[in-house]
Amino acid sequence: MSTRTSHAQTSTPAAGEETAALRRALASTPRPPRASAVQATLAFGWRGMLKVKHVPEQLLDVTITPVMFVLMFTYLFGGAIAGSTGEYLDYILPGVLVMSILFTTVYSGVALNTDLTKGVVDRFRSLPVWRPAPLVGALLGDAARYLVGGTVIVVLGLALGFRPGAGIGGVLAAMALVIVFAFGLSWVFTTLGLLLRSPSAVMNAGFMGIFPLTFLSNVFVEPETLPAGLRAFVDVNPISILATASRGLMHGNADPTEIVIVLATAAALTAIFAPLTTRLYRRG
Amino acid sequence: MTTQPPLAIEATGLVKSFGETCAVDGVDLAVRSGSVYGVLGPNGAGKTTTIRVLATLLRPDAGSARVLGHDIVREAEAVRELVSLTGQLASVDEDLSGQENLVLLGLLLGLKRRAAKARAGELLTAFGLAEASGKLVKHYSGGMRRRLDIAASIVVTPQLMFLDEPTTGLDPRSRNQVWDIVRTLVAEGTTILLCTQYLDEADQLADRIAVIDRGTVIAEGTPGELKASVGSRALHVRLLDPDQRPEAARVLERELGSVHLEADPAALSGPCSDADRAAEAVAELGRASVRIGGFSLGQPSLDEVFLALTGHTAEEQTEDGAADLHEEQAA
Ligand SMILES: Nc1ncnc2c1ncn2[C@@H]1O[C@H](COP(=O)(O)OP(=O)(O)OP(=O)(O)O)[C@@H](O)[C@H]1O
Ligand SMILES: [Mg+2]
Repeated sequence: MSTRTSHAQTSTPAAGEETAALRRALASTPRPPRASAVQATLAFGWRGMLKVKHVPEQLLDVTITPVMFVLMFTYLFGGAIAGSTGEYLDYILPGVLVMSILFTTVYSGVALNTDLTKGVVDRFRSLPVWRPAPLVGALLGDAARYLVGGTVIVVLGLALGFRPGAGIGGVLAAMALVIVFAFGLSWVFTTLGLLLRSPSAVMNAGFMGIFPLTFLSNVFVEPETLPAGLRAFVDVNPISILATASRGLMHGNADPTEIVIVLATAAALTAIFAPLTTRLYRRG
Repeated sequence: MTTQPPLAIEATGLVKSFGETCAVDGVDLAVRSGSVYGVLGPNGAGKTTTIRVLATLLRPDAGSARVLGHDIVREAEAVRELVSLTGQLASVDEDLSGQENLVLLGLLLGLKRRAAKARAGELLTAFGLAEASGKLVKHYSGGMRRRLDIAASIVVTPQLMFLDEPTTGLDPRSRNQVWDIVRTLVAEGTTILLCTQYLDEADQLADRIAVIDRGTVIAEGTPGELKASVGSRALHVRLLDPDQRPEAARVLERELGSVHLEADPAALSGPCSDADRAAEAVAELGRASVRIGGFSLGQPSLDEVFLALTGHTAEEQTEDGAADLHEEQAA
């Protein structure tokens, strides 16, 4: 140690060894080339997965809630709405998949808002990485959770008698479509997450939007019976189109136009809200 | 000063307001490469805001700054490649383990996974955290968290490091460990901008200090210069019985013209430039039956510097306290 450390009162031998180790650690770092956008995004995605690993309870809201929805709708309303539970399950299961995954997107905004209250965001923002990487990475991590939730729903559905006409391939295609749409929609909630003051405010505002949108769709009931004005809304509601497209993919009668509309909506949401989120995140 | 090393930070007239509050109100800084520069000020002085502006996290409302030769607004990306930030709130992820935190930063800074892991292991050992490497950071003690925080800042050695109150809330042992780390970093060539509320810390670590209060730099210089600017020297007296301090204060006030009560309840001091006056004052204390544990004639503490510069001590932030330095000296 240099003379400058002479006034340190606790220069134990161990501290001396640590100083030597610190010297070595400092000496051996040539600066690597800057992380690519993909590398940085994947690293943030890994962070999201680690959080799930350390706090597995996080998976509860993507697993338990959908299970409740499936059971509740199938047995409580199924008979009344579609005449038989089996028939209704074929109609509603793709809808429940859509609903439960879209509900989970609100948590992306809540998680981001929670993150902002911690000092670690300052460090992320001071790193020389592709600007949207922390956000895109977090959403990729969330997509992994959607996959878990979606799988739980489909497996439960199959056990209860859900029979997708297009087989496993159709189910996977539908799940992929819903996740892509959820990715686009998440950006709306991350924007909210940066604009509102507290995680619970984000949660409330998020559900105030997503709840009516989901119920005013064809997720639960065929719109034929609805009054004309409401029906017009339900028909253009992107969530209806997503639910119809998922049903089509699962049962093998998908309308390509609907799939295109869903993908275009996801792209539009991303194009508007991703840059907005990124700007707000950088501004801090 | 013979050869001037290049400036690592050069800031002129930085201003940053949040609504009504002007957190930084025209700050100028010149920090030489390879030095520790202390920014000293009480709560709410604007230290953290200054750091966040310089680390490109906030855009200044006015003024400009160059960090390692790059403009903080126009070349923010270049600045970010050369600096690292250890924020006032621990800037590590509480929900991850210590090891995962360092690997994550390694990956984000461009290391391959294997190299990032090796680097994390090396740093955890160097910072005495090897045993706790797998524990979640939220279960770390304050001292461990701070060390991890600093380790996270040097996963790739930065040219300039911002350290915001690195020892607030630490016990003396942990504080000394952090100080040792800072000294080693500087010895290896890193420039450090250190924010602190502790006069002692700035005195121990910094080559130069800017004292900041209500968003403006009210004094700047080496620790020695700052002390000298307050007046000449001071007689420091330590009492055996703290209960006798009021009596001792009366005597010193009479003998030396003014007296300063230190944070330590058994210590007090007063301005005094010559040894004869000091001896006389000590003798008067004896005549007044004040029992003295020890006394010395030395430079004033930074605490006194702060009092003289602002009209209030670092601890007691008063509303009307912005007294002018010149008035104080004239008085
Ligand atoms: N994001 C913000 N929004 C509104 N006001 C802010 C914000 N950040 C800081 N301030 C205000 O700016 C002033 C300076 O704050 P700053 O955090 O820079 O002080 P500081 O010197 O770091 O204090 P401390 O020692 O308590 O950390 C304070 O009055 C604070 O309330
Ligand atoms: Mg601060």
